[in-house]
Amino acid sequence: MLTKRIIPCLDVKDGQTVKGVNFLNIKEVGDAVELGAQYARDGADELVFLDITATNEKRKTLSSLVTRIAQHINIPFTVGGGISSVEDVSVLLNCGADKISINTAAVKNPTLISDLANLFGSQCVVLAVDTKFDNGEWWVYLNGGRVPTTIRTIDWVKEAVDRGAGEILLTSMNNDGTKDGFALDITRTVSEMVNVPVIASGGAGIMDHFVDVFNEGKADAALAASIFHYKEIDIMDLKRHLKSKGIDIRL
Amino acid sequence: MKVVIIKYGAGNVRSVLYALERLGVFAEVSDDFDVIRTADKVIFPGVGEASSAMKYLQEKGLDKLIPTLTQPVLGICLGLQLMCDSSEEGNTKCLGIFPQKVRKFPDVMKVPQIGWNNVFDLKTTIFNEVKENSYVYFVHGYYAELGDYTIAKADYIMPYSAALHRDNFYAMQYHPEKSGSVGEQMLRNFINL
Repeated sequence: MLTKRIIPCLDVKDGQTVKGVNFLNIKEVGDAVELGAQYARDGADELVFLDITATNEKRKTLSSLVTRIAQHINIPFTVGGGISSVEDVSVLLNCGADKISINTAAVKNPTLISDLANLFGSQCVVLAVDTKFDNGEWWVYLNGGRVPTTIRTIDWVKEAVDRGAGEILLTSMNNDGTKDGFALDITRTVSEMVNVPVIASGGAGIMDHFVDVFNEGKADAALAASIFHYKEIDIMDLKRHLKSKGIDIRL
Repeated sequence: MKVVIIKYGAGNVRSVLYALERLGVFAEVSDDFDVIRTADKVIFPGVGEASSAMKYLQEKGLDKLIPTLTQPVLGICLGLQLMCDSSEEGNTKCLGIFPQKVRKFPDVMKVPQIGWNNVFDLKTTIFNEVKENSYVYFVHGYYAELGDYTIAKADYIMPYSAALHRDNFYAMQYHPEKSGSVGEQMLRNFINL
């Protein structure tokens, strides 16, 4: 059986991992490669590295980080954060990234999705969507959740998949950082609407939140950062718990 | 030990190189016939689309070379599919090392299959010290049918060939280079053939 995936996310700045609370107040927690390798040993199924470096040196520091990750880590990983061109993606894939995630740049230029899918294959194109529930509807937000749009999340996801996005990484800003659980309704809506895997993100606090997002949210994978960084939940304990609840998991 | 990874512009060879490095094996990436012919082991990786990959192999003459190799050869992912008879992806005639046809998964579940799935009915020494139902990492929308040369099966929508073996040719649909310590053991077994 294909198993549900548990994906720790590492927010990276200048090669170090950080984690914000509600996208703000960033706090460093350690070397990205070291922490990633530890997660892989602990049973993580995949890793996501989200680069939030905002300097001119970004490209250089990111490609050298991706090279180090690829050398040391023996499970798949995705790299995201400010990726805006075919050239950016080409460099990162050549450094050894398995997948890249795009967000704001894809909304501003949807052709980027088609171009990347045609050149490198849909399997390496992850569309990240930051979404927020407001006035009875889920909307797309840009720039790390700072900039609202008038685009409905379900419309955008549908278009992106039609253009060749191979996976959807869906972060609910209402839930992110709250530890009150994932946004089950929008996750389920998106997962049942498209024929590509959906990674749920934002809100994980306890192990049963993962049970809920797989059973009720119909997610294919679940992503979390702080609960793993601060060792509030051990990945192996989580996977054993999921297995005991009848969810297909790699142990 | 000279290990050569065939260079043919299909996807990311870097992760295979690094996985071998972690085993202490430093491979060369090449499309030079002499370099490939004189290697002790050859790896034929690949991520991408079947018809354009075959076209590239034909332009370089690699489609003629690969089936004539006599040392152990390991195809990975698209490499496995290209070693089969033909693929429904772009209606492509492939290398024909294995008689299987490669078909598209029907859209009754999410396609492509992405993630960790178990492999079973494991045969040959390439699976030494690998347990039945070990999990490995798959990313594919097309699959090779079961057949006489199947040495590992996986199940997604239906049972299919997760690995194939005929004479000196081995092939894996999953990515051993991305399958944690289980995948590393399989690569080690290949290198030790």
